[in-house]
Amino acid sequence: MGFLLNNRVGHLLIAIMLFVAVVAVLLLIAKVADGLRGKARMPAVIAVFAGPALLMLAVGLIYPFIRTVWMSFMDARSQNFIGFDNYVTALTADASVIAFRNTFLWVILTPLLSTTIGLVYAVLIDQSRLEKAAKALLFLPMAISFVGAGIIWRFVYDYKGAGQDQIGVINALLNSVGLAPVRFLQDAPGNTIFLILVLVWIEAGFAMVILSAAIKAVPVDIIEAARLDGANSWELFRNITVPSIRPSLVVVLTTISIATLKIFDITRTMTGAQFDTQVLANQMYDQSFVFGNNGLGSAMAVFIFLLVVPLVVFNVRQMAKNREVRG
Amino acid sequence: MASVTFDHATRVYPGSETPAVDALNLEVADGEFLVLVGPSGCGKSTSLRMLAGLEDVNSGRILIGDRDVTDVQPKDRDIAMVFQNYALYPHMSVADNMGFALKIAGTPKAEIRQRVEEAAKILDLSQYLDRKPKALSGGQRQRVAMGRAIVRSPQVFLMDEPLSNLDAKLRVQTRTQIASLQRRLGVTTVYVTHDQTEALTMGDRIAVLKDGLLQQVGTPREMYDTPKNIFVAGFIGSPAMNLGQFKVADGKANLAETHIPLTREVLDSLTAEDNNEITLGFRPESLDTTTEGDVGAFPVTVDLVEELGSDAFVYGQLANKEAAQAITSGAGESQMIVRVDPRRPPLKGDTVWVKIREGEQHHFSPATGLRLPS
Repeated sequence: MGFLLNNRVGHLLIAIMLFVAVVAVLLLIAKVADGLRGKARMPAVIAVFAGPALLMLAVGLIYPFIRTVWMSFMDARSQNFIGFDNYVTALTADASVIAFRNTFLWVILTPLLSTTIGLVYAVLIDQSRLEKAAKALLFLPMAISFVGAGIIWRFVYDYKGAGQDQIGVINALLNSVGLAPVRFLQDAPGNTIFLILVLVWIEAGFAMVILSAAIKAVPVDIIEAARLDGANSWELFRNITVPSIRPSLVVVLTTISIATLKIFDITRTMTGAQFDTQVLANQMYDQSFVFGNNGLGSAMAVFIFLLVVPLVVFNVRQMAKNREVRG
Repeated sequence: MASVTFDHATRVYPGSETPAVDALNLEVADGEFLVLVGPSGCGKSTSLRMLAGLEDVNSGRILIGDRDVTDVQPKDRDIAMVFQNYALYPHMSVADNMGFALKIAGTPKAEIRQRVEEAAKILDLSQYLDRKPKALSGGQRQRVAMGRAIVRSPQVFLMDEPLSNLDAKLRVQTRTQIASLQRRLGVTTVYVTHDQTEALTMGDRIAVLKDGLLQQVGTPREMYDTPKNIFVAGFIGSPAMNLGQFKVADGKANLAETHIPLTREVLDSLTAEDNNEITLGFRPESLDTTTEGDVGAFPVTVDLVEELGSDAFVYGQLANKEAAQAITSGAGESQMIVRVDPRRPPLKGDTVWVKIREGEQHHFSPATGLRLPS
């Protein structure tokens, strides 16, 4: 027993045994359900297959949601009911207002810039000989976590006082051509923009891949018909390509918007939300886990939830609609 | 309006040794309706796409009127094309589809509306102008595609199998509509099809292609009466022409008990390469039923009778089993087609004696496949 508990190989063995045991139990339950005959069979099968997932959703998603909403109406230590006070604070406190303003900037700029860059890039590399390599190049950042990207870009943006050796790539370059170094991450409001660029760097690849696939799905004969109708490249792009890929554009824009509303990691790792770079998700984290104000933190969480839901609904509807058009 | 000239136009697809279109020489007169016809892969669509500018010309030239358009962009060629699956813009209404080219050209909105409405009237589309293509039937979509071409009043119409997605009845109907519309508008038209009936019924002239090579150009009557080679003979006409391999001896074409007299001219034009053989072609409608003993008569065993009301066709083979496989037709190996009186069709298994009507047999050299003078 000691062998299993006290070293890594043992831990691994325990993990494997547990996994096998769980699978065996599930298979056994499935087998029993499958053995049932008559009326009980269908409900049993549904319970066996959907039950675990529903249970986990309930524990991991629905219960926390209800509890968060409940906590948002309570005080900092979740002891006294204080009505909408947290919401009022969230909307009026200076720090929150900055968070709202910055999140607004993020949500407007990130989807627009990422989608535009992705679309232009997808159109430019389409049918070119280096298409695959060019795609991989822009898509690579998608493989990096937000935290990883934040750390990389903190180095890129790094600032040392004038006269010192610059370890940030951009400031080193500025230095080498005789320009003064710039405080990218310290000076508001530019610093929020520089943070946004990091997310754009990640999301442009996502936009490009989806839009490139959509562009390739535009029927060739429609393009040819438009060329014969006298359209030049720009008119073709504006009148044929963009309307044809509109559904994909909408999906890309909303997906990036949802990701941006929840942005937390980049601000956290690069500025720690200092220098007026606060955003809603980071504010929620700060209030709940740094300042110990569970009520205000929960209220921020509810705000984010309320902003994300319409986008998700819209996105799901749009996808269903596209399926109708194509089917 | 303008003429169209292919001058040794050649297209070789990258990675392919043989040209898809090989030194095509063809002139289409101003206002003419020319049909390019041939089996699939013969290069007819490629030729059309070269004219449209959608396909590069590797050598040779293409002219519209006097203008060399070989290297001109499709958008600057002033041509309109109707695609096989119509290529309508799915996100635009019928009116916008038809007016798109005019909008690109910067035509005033009022004029676009007026011209679209005129075209819609001609094509019976007036009540559908605000619909999207998705909400139209196949025939209506086809008419929108036609309308899109008409509205522009271009120099040349190009049509790439525009009827192949319609059902049989609508196809026949639309066939005559397109032909009469073209006569009315008088716009030079190049029309691609694989259906020889469409070619015969619609074209002022027909050009038959095979393996990228032009086989023959002529009026429907010329194509039918004097096919230049065995391929054209077998391709034009429905049901297809019967083609038989005969031995030449005593001034006659011989196959088993069949002996068909040949003229001096035909005999003289045979060469050593023909190896004392000749290919005879005779259409199902060039055969008369007759009796045994008539000069040139031969017996046919009936396999099947196809009764169409106005006509009846016998599908059979030469009674002599060994010789039967020398005669083929569109119906398949060792099969021969005979048109008979629909009022008195023979029965399956019967033997009928038939004879080629005077002057209606076609002679081809087996060596070159070319028509022999007669």
